[in-house]
Amino acid sequence: MAVTREDVLHIAELARLGVDDARADELTKELSAILAHMEVLSQVDTAGVAPTVEIEGGGTPLRPDTGAPSLMEGTLESFAPSMRDGFFIVPRLATHEDSSESGA
Amino acid sequence: MSLENFAKLGAAAIASSVRSGEVSPSDVIRASFNRAREIGAGRDALNIFLHADEKASIEEADVMRTRVESASDAGVLAGVPVAIKDNIASLGLPTTCASKILEGYVSPFEATAISRLRASGAVIVAKTNMDEFAMGSSTENSAYGPTRNPHDVRRVPGGSSGGSAAAVAAGITPIALGSETGGSVRQPAAFCGVVGVKPTYGRVSRYGLVAFASSLDQIGVLGRTVDDAALALETIAGYDKMDSTSSGEDVPIYRLSALGKPAPGARDPEAEAIRIGRSPIPLPPPPSATTLNGIVIGKPKEYFPDSLDGSIRDLCERSLDRFRSMGATVRDISLPRSPLAIPVYYILAPAEASSNLARFDGVRYGLRVDPGKGLKAMYEATRSQGFGREVTRRILLGTYVLSAGYYDAYYRKAQAVRTLIADDFRSVFASGVNAIFTPTTPTPAFPVGAISDPYEMYLNDIFTVTANLAGVPAISIPVGRMRNLPVGGQIITAHFDEYTMFRVAYALEAALGAEAHQ
Repeated sequence: MAVTREDVLHIAELARLGVDDARADELTKELSAILAHMEVLSQVDTAGVAPTVEIEGGGTPLRPDTGAPSLMEGTLESFAPSMRDGFFIVPRLATHEDSSESGA
Repeated sequence: MSLENFAKLGAAAIASSVRSGEVSPSDVIRASFNRAREIGAGRDALNIFLHADEKASIEEADVMRTRVESASDAGVLAGVPVAIKDNIASLGLPTTCASKILEGYVSPFEATAISRLRASGAVIVAKTNMDEFAMGSSTENSAYGPTRNPHDVRRVPGGSSGGSAAAVAAGITPIALGSETGGSVRQPAAFCGVVGVKPTYGRVSRYGLVAFASSLDQIGVLGRTVDDAALALETIAGYDKMDSTSSGEDVPIYRLSALGKPAPGARDPEAEAIRIGRSPIPLPPPPSATTLNGIVIGKPKEYFPDSLDGSIRDLCERSLDRFRSMGATVRDISLPRSPLAIPVYYILAPAEASSNLARFDGVRYGLRVDPGKGLKAMYEATRSQGFGREVTRRILLGTYVLSAGYYDAYYRKAQAVRTLIADDFRSVFASGVNAIFTPTTPTPAFPVGAISDPYEMYLNDIFTVTANLAGVPAISIPVGRMRNLPVGGQIITAHFDEYTMFRVAYALEAALGAEAHQ
């Protein structure tokens, strides 16, 4: 099935990727062309076939729920874009900004 | 041993000379950097390295000298220089995945595979170029420019572990680490005329490997010879509590497979002495009519289509003849669902990637681009400017196939077909086939810039991607040349049977001799 421009803009928003107009047109064509090659799978009879969700079975192994010392060498500050008092600092949520702009 | 012909020395020979005191570790590391300069590994030529620190590596080698002098066990890789793909976390050198979004990022922890290499005496000399986040088959998708193939600088080295394959092909390091999701070690190994191994899923810890598609990812090894690759893999393989998907299966000494005998028990004292480098491996006998007695090699028709390039077919047939002359039986087999592997892979891998790469958001590490319009705008600006075109394309493709309305048609369908592809392999191995032989790639290295269509690029993985989907081990070794470019042959075995894979590979390498590079 062909991907529409609206699809591209929608999934770009879901993936938090800004896509400009020209790139959105390109991606619409590229993704449609790639997905056209996937159509062959719809012809395969998979009734009763269990999907692969893990390799070689065994389930997810669990370990005791106990803490362990951090293996990190160096500090968070050495690579974090912005930190204060041991917390990662992020920009304000846009909704908060909107309400302050409207004076609410 | 002289370091004058450094570019041709194997890892085992280097380590042995370091342990005996014949050469110093720091001289070996200098020889590696000298070779890198001589061959033009820098940004303006082959563009193999993204990060290297000669002074720090030599200092590390000097520490190794102290260890050699004070301990009876200096490790099986004492003083061996190793290059590491830039998506494997290392202390000291940056880990950028060849992406702008991780420019300058230095990991605060180290991958288990690297820790094990260092514990065995290896010295990390460089982080190598790659397709951004391992998404690509040519190393052209690096944010830091393409790597060139040392055999022909107008051509790509393959990818995504192109820098690691080129480092080994250029004689800078005898071994290198790469990573595989759909063929990213074997395809560049084939293009660069070296040996590349994708181990069984779970054989090597993924701790410290930056996640791309977690159900497929596996750290792999590249070596100039089968022996280099076997030595590297037995060093890094084995259970690791830091990776719940790593396996507790015993790791045999893969190098002993060269002798054509079954693997000795894991606790065998003679084997243990070899494992730690105290006893040398006995020399394997030359190939004979009985070398592969009892071994059944499967030749799957789907990997030898009518459209296959004639030269590649001829070189593979020559290898199959060598197998027969060493006593193996070559049997025609079928892996009927293999032609579905590329569509399956390019649904599952982007789907997993779209989830795994959500962590690159400008909050905790890496690039942050903040236009000053709130949190969401920061996410979008950071990711849009940080990720390249192919990574963006795959995140969107993955988001699409996982989104409401398409999940069952694409993602769930692909998971079911994956089961069928893996069933094909299980049936073949259950029928008495010990190893499957195929071409590694449908073509040799192509010119830089020659492939612009994304799906055409994806088809490079057509013969390699099935092993990742099925989780089985596979190796690519040089089997000859066409138009003066290297061609690789692939040997695939059952889950955790790397021993047989190496046994067949050692035998073919010895039987081909110099022909493997002609």
